[in-house]
Amino acid sequence: MTEPLLSVENLHTHFETYDGTVHAVNGVSFEIGPGEIVGIVGESGSGKSVTALSTMRLEDPGRIVEGSIRFRGTELTTATDRDIRQLRGGGLSMVFQDPMTTLNPVFTVSEQIVESLKVHDNPEAQTLREYLRIPFFHDRTDWRKKRERVVELMEEVGIPNPAERLDAYPHEFSGGMRQRAMLAIALASEPDLLIADEPTTALDVTIQAQILKIIARLREERGMSVVMITHDLGVVADICDRVIVMYGGEIMEHGPVEQIIRNPQHPYTQALLECMPQGTQRKEKLETIDGQVPAQLGGITGCPFASRCDYTHDICWSGDMPTVDCGENHQAKCCELQRVNDGENATHSSNTGGTL
Amino acid sequence: MWKFVLQRSVSAVFVLFGVSVLTFLLVFFTPGDPAETILRQQMGGQTPSAEAIEQFRANQGLNDPIPVQYVDWVLSILQGDLGQSYHSDSSVTQLIVDNLWPTFELALAGMAVALLIAVPTGVISAVHKGGRLDYGSQLAALLGLSMPNFWLGYLLMLIFAINLSVLPTSGYGTIDQLVLPAITLGTGMAAIITRLLRSSMLEVLDEEYIRTARSKGLRERIVVYKHTLRNALIPVITIIGLQFGYLLNGAVIIEIVFQRPGLGRLLIDSIFARDYPIVQGLVLVIAVLFVVTNFLVDVAYRYVDPRISFEGAPK
Amino acid sequence: MTDADDTTVASTSKSTKRTRLRSLYHSRKARQFRANSLNIVGLVIVLAIIASALFAPFLTPYDPTEQNLENRLESPSLEHPMGTDQLGRDILTRLVYGAQISLRIGVIVVAISLGIGTVVGVTAGYAGGYVDEALMRFVDILLAFPGLLLALVIAGILGPSLTNIMIALAVVGWTRYARVIRGSVLSVKEQEYIKASQLMGVSRVRIILRHILPNVIGPVVVLATIDMAGVILGTAGLSFLGLGAQPPTPEWGTMISEGRNYLQDAWWVVNFPGMAIMLAVLGFNLLGDGLRDVLDPRDTDAVQNKGL
Repeated sequence: MTEPLLSVENLHTHFETYDGTVHAVNGVSFEIGPGEIVGIVGESGSGKSVTALSTMRLEDPGRIVEGSIRFRGTELTTATDRDIRQLRGGGLSMVFQDPMTTLNPVFTVSEQIVESLKVHDNPEAQTLREYLRIPFFHDRTDWRKKRERVVELMEEVGIPNPAERLDAYPHEFSGGMRQRAMLAIALASEPDLLIADEPTTALDVTIQAQILKIIARLREERGMSVVMITHDLGVVADICDRVIVMYGGEIMEHGPVEQIIRNPQHPYTQALLECMPQGTQRKEKLETIDGQVPAQLGGITGCPFASRCDYTHDICWSGDMPTVDCGENHQAKCCELQRVNDGENATHSSNTGGTL
Repeated sequence: MWKFVLQRSVSAVFVLFGVSVLTFLLVFFTPGDPAETILRQQMGGQTPSAEAIEQFRANQGLNDPIPVQYVDWVLSILQGDLGQSYHSDSSVTQLIVDNLWPTFELALAGMAVALLIAVPTGVISAVHKGGRLDYGSQLAALLGLSMPNFWLGYLLMLIFAINLSVLPTSGYGTIDQLVLPAITLGTGMAAIITRLLRSSMLEVLDEEYIRTARSKGLRERIVVYKHTLRNALIPVITIIGLQFGYLLNGAVIIEIVFQRPGLGRLLIDSIFARDYPIVQGLVLVIAVLFVVTNFLVDVAYRYVDPRISFEGAPK
Repeated sequence: MTDADDTTVASTSKSTKRTRLRSLYHSRKARQFRANSLNIVGLVIVLAIIASALFAPFLTPYDPTEQNLENRLESPSLEHPMGTDQLGRDILTRLVYGAQISLRIGVIVVAISLGIGTVVGVTAGYAGGYVDEALMRFVDILLAFPGLLLALVIAGILGPSLTNIMIALAVVGWTRYARVIRGSVLSVKEQEYIKASQLMGVSRVRIILRHILPNVIGPVVVLATIDMAGVILGTAGLSFLGLGAQPPTPEWGTMISEGRNYLQDAWWVVNFPGMAIMLAVLGFNLLGDGLRDVLDPRDTDAVQNKGL
């Protein structure tokens, strides 16, 4: 692998709540190389979104308490607001989950894309009169030119008749169109890395495929890297090069897509794959993983998956789990990998381990 | 849109009907016989004879059944005739028209003062939530809310007119005579708007589109004053419209404190003079203004917020 | 459950009562209330005003209406901490007795408003249909008049007196209670357990008393506390205009009205009553805000820190 574009090391992000400190991300490390598309998979509450937000330094109201995030050589955890703005305006972009709530309802879609272009052009010269477009006090010719760029961007993300939709408000767009608009906002700053946080979860299935296709195509054309956060392993199998499986704020398994899908090592990944409806015969019951994602209050000792794992042993409940290499670029974080691989299904020990 | 306007119009007209009935009935609760009062006025203070009163009642339709009298009354109002003052030669309509502008001017200036104070304070308070600035401005807003405006008026008068001698104590006509009354009126309203804007800003700051705005690399200033404020002002605008009633309440007292002419002063003077046609006319006009403003605010609200489809109810 | 509690209370000794108080003091809601120091400030102000109203005769050696023309317009001194007014009366004494008047009017007006509002709100909410429609339209019509102006006109027509002010403020004030209570009744009415009680043949009155009213107490207590502030302010305003208390009654608004001609020579005559009104209104507003945070479940999100 060449010099990584993004490298995250031992990231810890906490949230203070009335009930105590929630350890949402607990020692996550990974790297993204140029032009790579990497999937982060996990259930709700596994910390994948918080990892992404931390990378964008949008973790508020959470707090990064430990670790390092380096993007193109800049340390983000200690960077100034100015540096972070500059990176967001030209290098690091993000697309969020629910396009119904991520676009500002009172500004036209084109206005919101224009803003992104303006930041990209000059992240430091952000004056209110320019951004509020106060009549006679803002640069109208520049604004016109930018609107032409907006038409190109909207075309690029597949919004039909963009010229006619320049003055449309978000509520006049369908969900899929809004997500395309969101993509256009992200692309306007010509990012090297696009973080897509469940970009298709809130959309219809047919639209999901279209959006994924667009993201895959854009990555080809622009040579940018993509971090695709999803709970859908199917999405990962479709477009990703590598995949990171997260659970309870920690990385459970990490490796090339082919290997993880074909030969999952970690019991959690195995369980996750078994739950995919695609792999289930008709009329057969859909698989589920029993139990719930643990509440990460005050941190967890031992393996976060222990309470739901079929192979749980006494040592799973205490101490740090070792990260084991199991193939080229393939790691799993489990202390019982040997037993898991032998196929010894220790259902009885899961009972003694006890569920929550 | 038109369907909505029509719906609101129907309910506004209904409320106006109720308002007119209540106002009409007001006269029946007033002490004394209006016929006798008017005749006494016409005869220069002499007590009119029973026949004269009876004659007058018949002429004026005062012996008609009450619903008939009500219809006559409404018809004459629709022609712009609110009746005749007991004590002066002016018609009620004329008196109200004469006093409309001073009150309107005061209300406008008061609103301007309120917004000038409230918008920056509300925004700063929300942005620095939990900090000293927030604590201070919340406390200031509470004080503003709790201060009776008649006392505030005298306090300002004492400081700026009597001790510092920079502004006149009272009177009407020049701009400097408007300053203290406008501040007095604006302070209470500023307190209300500040509190409202603060909570509205806090709500909007939690929205996901604010995170989107930040993710673009926008400066916090633009995130706050463009993306947040614009959305946070939407509910505030409604309240500002509804504050019209508060403005009128305040105007009455402030016109007394600063000895300004206006609808409030006219109302108080008429109440003490027992000049009920003026009271009745004023109550009706004020209520109508109030209902019409609320109606206009309701409609304007839909223009400000593009999300609300012009067909249905707000989200 | 409450029945059982009542009997235990009756039969327990003093010490368990104290434990009860202590557990109330340590309850989550009480802790939440104490967490904001402004709430405590509000409570202290309100308690201080109640205390000065209750113990007025013991707090000051003077009589609130006794004139002493030799000592008129004396500036604040040890003898008269807030000075004397144009008739030589001790201002502090008048303020302390004024608290009695303001509190009495506040409590009476709030009680009447609450009574009418409860009856109308419960009737409208529970009966629904035309009854609801008619009552709520009537409320709409009353709300079409700016509150204080309507009170002013009513008080003006009835003639200046404290009783008439109370009537006027109550006529204007009950509508908000009716709206809040109706809203709560409507939301509670649809709950499963109310439907279950209906099916079990529990009488309407009993359903309202046992199930519906307890649910509206929270918002109503908050509204009533904040309304106390409004009524005190309204009373002072109407009295200032000459429609309420008449001289020599030591009413705060009347005191400002009487003192305004001496603004230039004796600042204390107007400003101390003004501060008294502000303090009272502030106290009830703060207390109301604090109670809302604790009692009104709608606002709990705002208090709780956002989760993930």
